[in-house]
Amino acid sequence: MGKTVVLVEDEPNIIEAISFILSRDGWGVHTHSNGDTALAALESKAPDLIVLDVMLPGRSGFDILRDIRSHATLGTTPVMMLTARGQTKDRERAMELGASRFMTKPFSNADVLAAVRELAGP
Amino acid sequence: MSTSVNILALVCAGYAALLFLVAFMAERAAKRGQGRWLQSPVVYTLSLSIYCTAWTFYGAVGFAARSGLEYLTIYIGPTLVMIGWWWVLRKLVRVGRAQRITSIADLISNRFGKSNTLAVMITLMAVAGTTPYIALQLQSVTLSFSAFAAAGPEQARPPLGNSEATAFWVATGLALFTVLFGTRNLDVNERHHGVVMAIALEAVVKLVALLAVGVFVVWGLGGGAAKVIAQIEASEIATWEIAPSRWVALTALSAAAFLTLPRMFQVLVVENDDERHLRFAAWAFPSYLLLISLFIVPIAVVGRSILPESTNPDLYVLSIPLTSGATGLAVMSFLGGFSSATSMVIVAAIALSTMVSNHIVMPIWLRLMGGGALMSGDLRNVVLLSRRFSIIGVVFLGYVYYRISGGGAALAAIGLVSFAGVAQFLPALLGGLFWRGATRNGAISGLLVGFVIWLWTMFLPSFGPDAALSASVLSRGPWGIGALRPEALFGFEGLDPLVHAVFWSLSLNTLAFIVASLVSFPAPLERLQGAQIVDVFRHSTRGQRWRGGMAQSEDLLLMAQRIIGATQAQGLFRSVARAQGLEGYLPEPTPEFLNQLERELSGSVGAATAHAMVGQIVGGAAVSVDDLIAVADEAAQIMEYSSQLEAKSEELTRTARQLREANEKLTELSHQKDAFLSQISHELRTPMTSIRAFSEILRDGEELSRAEQGKYSSIINSESVRLTRLLDDLLDLSVLENGQVSMNIEEAPLVDVLDRAISAVGLAGKLAIVRRREREHILLRTDTDRLSQVFINLIANAQKYCEAPAPTLKIIARAKEGRLNIDFVDNGRGISRDDQRVIFEKFSRLGDDRESGAGLGLAICREVMERLGGTISYLPGQGGTAFRVSLPLSGIS
Repeated sequence: MGKTVVLVEDEPNIIEAISFILSRDGWGVHTHSNGDTALAALESKAPDLIVLDVMLPGRSGFDILRDIRSHATLGTTPVMMLTARGQTKDRERAMELGASRFMTKPFSNADVLAAVRELAGP
Repeated sequence: MSTSVNILALVCAGYAALLFLVAFMAERAAKRGQGRWLQSPVVYTLSLSIYCTAWTFYGAVGFAARSGLEYLTIYIGPTLVMIGWWWVLRKLVRVGRAQRITSIADLISNRFGKSNTLAVMITLMAVAGTTPYIALQLQSVTLSFSAFAAAGPEQARPPLGNSEATAFWVATGLALFTVLFGTRNLDVNERHHGVVMAIALEAVVKLVALLAVGVFVVWGLGGGAAKVIAQIEASEIATWEIAPSRWVALTALSAAAFLTLPRMFQVLVVENDDERHLRFAAWAFPSYLLLISLFIVPIAVVGRSILPESTNPDLYVLSIPLTSGATGLAVMSFLGGFSSATSMVIVAAIALSTMVSNHIVMPIWLRLMGGGALMSGDLRNVVLLSRRFSIIGVVFLGYVYYRISGGGAALAAIGLVSFAGVAQFLPALLGGLFWRGATRNGAISGLLVGFVIWLWTMFLPSFGPDAALSASVLSRGPWGIGALRPEALFGFEGLDPLVHAVFWSLSLNTLAFIVASLVSFPAPLERLQGAQIVDVFRHSTRGQRWRGGMAQSEDLLLMAQRIIGATQAQGLFRSVARAQGLEGYLPEPTPEFLNQLERELSGSVGAATAHAMVGQIVGGAAVSVDDLIAVADEAAQIMEYSSQLEAKSEELTRTARQLREANEKLTELSHQKDAFLSQISHELRTPMTSIRAFSEILRDGEELSRAEQGKYSSIINSESVRLTRLLDDLLDLSVLENGQVSMNIEEAPLVDVLDRAISAVGLAGKLAIVRRREREHILLRTDTDRLSQVFINLIANAQKYCEAPAPTLKIIARAKEGRLNIDFVDNGRGISRDDQRVIFEKFSRLGDDRESGAGLGLAICREVMERLGGTISYLPGQGGTAFRVSLPLSGIS
């Protein structure tokens, strides 16, 4: 497989949970707790999928998404947005900015896994 | 009655019919707007000849026969006025036009603040002064009838009753004619074109008649000019001494009367169509006077020589042709005298009736009717009716005077009484025209003084001894007071009675006028009117007539467009023009059209303003004070209305601002609520995410190691605790914010409360706490659990967020200025200035430190301290993060 997912999330327990779920399914998971370090890492190597939290310290998930979509090599990488705020206008904004999927926390592990498989391809 | 008298009556009737016809034609022409010739200076000059009444026609010869050349003074006075005082006349005419003056009473009362008292006084005085004059005309007509009767075949002098009947019928006929032509309609400007035309015709008739008699006397009887002149030289007329005082007095009197006689004022000012006519009349009228007086002396001299002593010299003009058998000439002469009498009575009656009606009858009627009369709109008929009755009354008064005085006095004497009476108006008139300091009180005083003296020294004695005044009063004074003798006031004896009366009445009148004016102050309206009238040439333009033609219509259209808009104005003008049978936009400015226009405009700018604006363009009339006041009223109303509107719009602006502010507040609250819900959602969902994820892992995870199971279970546990604490905080905050919390007040030393808080936080980490316990033995009387909650939050925050290598928290308690301050200062980075402003808000977690906590701690602290009557604040500039908890010492024992 060797497919990689980059997870940008600031809650340690949620990082732990998602990492566990994806690793067990065979995905390579790289985690970042804020957007700036994540972007620097993403520029060196594009993953197969980016999982991006909205409420990040410093620059928000939306800002990161905009940078990703305007980036030369990352433009086509699928991005799955996660949010705990659960408002429809956040979903609309995410889709407008070019998110591939929008999921609300809390989620079922199976749904996350299914979405990652679908977005990052077989 | 004799045949000749019957013929004469027929001639009179025919002549009257001719006058009717002329007046009627002139009226009709004026109405159709065709009568430009009606407004020629010739007609104006001829109309002035009503100065020459029957007194002039018959009386002048009598005057000359009795007093020599003195009769000339009666012509010199007006001549001097026309030539030397044209500037006074010009001013009179201009003021008359500018102020729409209807009579001399109207002018003087207008000048002195529209005083109706003054108007009533002048009206009464004018009636009193004119009545003898009307009687004089009746007398002269009656005399002329009797002269014919005496010369008739029956040789029988008509009995007295007969002459009285003649006077009555003449008076009735004159009243009828005047009513018919003087009050046919109401003209705003009080002009009577028909009457003016008729009297112009009469002016020609009397001049031609007198000249014809003169020519007949000189060349028919006297044997040529040279012979007659020789005869005059030989007669006593040439040798009569001239009394300078009488000459001066008579000249002054006739000059004054020329200006102040109500009928002269009527033709001179009211009926004047164009101020430029004065220039023509200035030489033409004196010429007329010269012609009419040319043959007076020859007729008097020849009459004295050929007629018996018993013949009344006042009737020489008639008697000479009659006795010479020149009946045709006699009839012509009779008509001349008739003309003189009738024209005077007609114009005097019109002038007086205007005054009586405007200043006495109408004010009384309006007062009786109350305010409703002005609304009913039927005033026109009332005014006409009151005019008609006034005319009949004035003529009838003359008749009564004639009956009472018995027709005894000489014509000239009666005329002079009248002259002196109306001359009393002169000081008020001239003073009003030229002296701004003249006041109403001055005018009233002068008139009263002058009039009383005139009554006493002239009018009452004129009836003869023992008629109005007893002979003893005349000779010894009333109650024997010699100083008050009517013909020797203040003991001045030996003066001619006429000179005496004129001197005292006019000089005391003038004196009273000046003195009273100087000591009294004019009312505002008087001041305004004074300025308007004295400076009339500055305030008005030369009077123009209504028939101004297209140029005026164009001006009117321009003005109307500005006021009611182009479309409406052009529509109105075009429809009126079409109704007049004209092409295009510009109708003739007829009075009807102007009234209609005024009405249209008044809808937009108010009636007074509309009237003033139309008047400015068309009437040539300056805006009167009434107009100005009415305009000011309207302006005041508009201003009040607009200030009300302004206030309303301010109110609206204020309300709108309040609404906007309320809306902004609501929007802000709504945003805050959204943000709060979004925050709550996030704070609740985040721990639940971990709990759900790990509980699913545990549920599905057979492959999990024991260590993993333990780790994930404890994560679920700690996240559950976090969730519970969050819910506790939220509930706590909600209770605090709603003020529903109950305080549990108890006493405890500060040191104990701090100890409890520190142990509750559980200093497992490396945070060092620095205290000075000996200063903390302060007994508090407060809710110590809540205060301890605040301390716990502050200590826990320091423990969580102080990132110094050796984190230290100093707790310093200090009582100062009635308050207890407890400062919590750590040695970390502190909080940035921007963040300091938001740290006490809900969910205001700072920085990227991801320690647990929903950001409600400081918000709760703030609420708690507020409930305890204290404060919590951030202390800037302490090196690290520093909070001060402050409590009032009143709550501390």
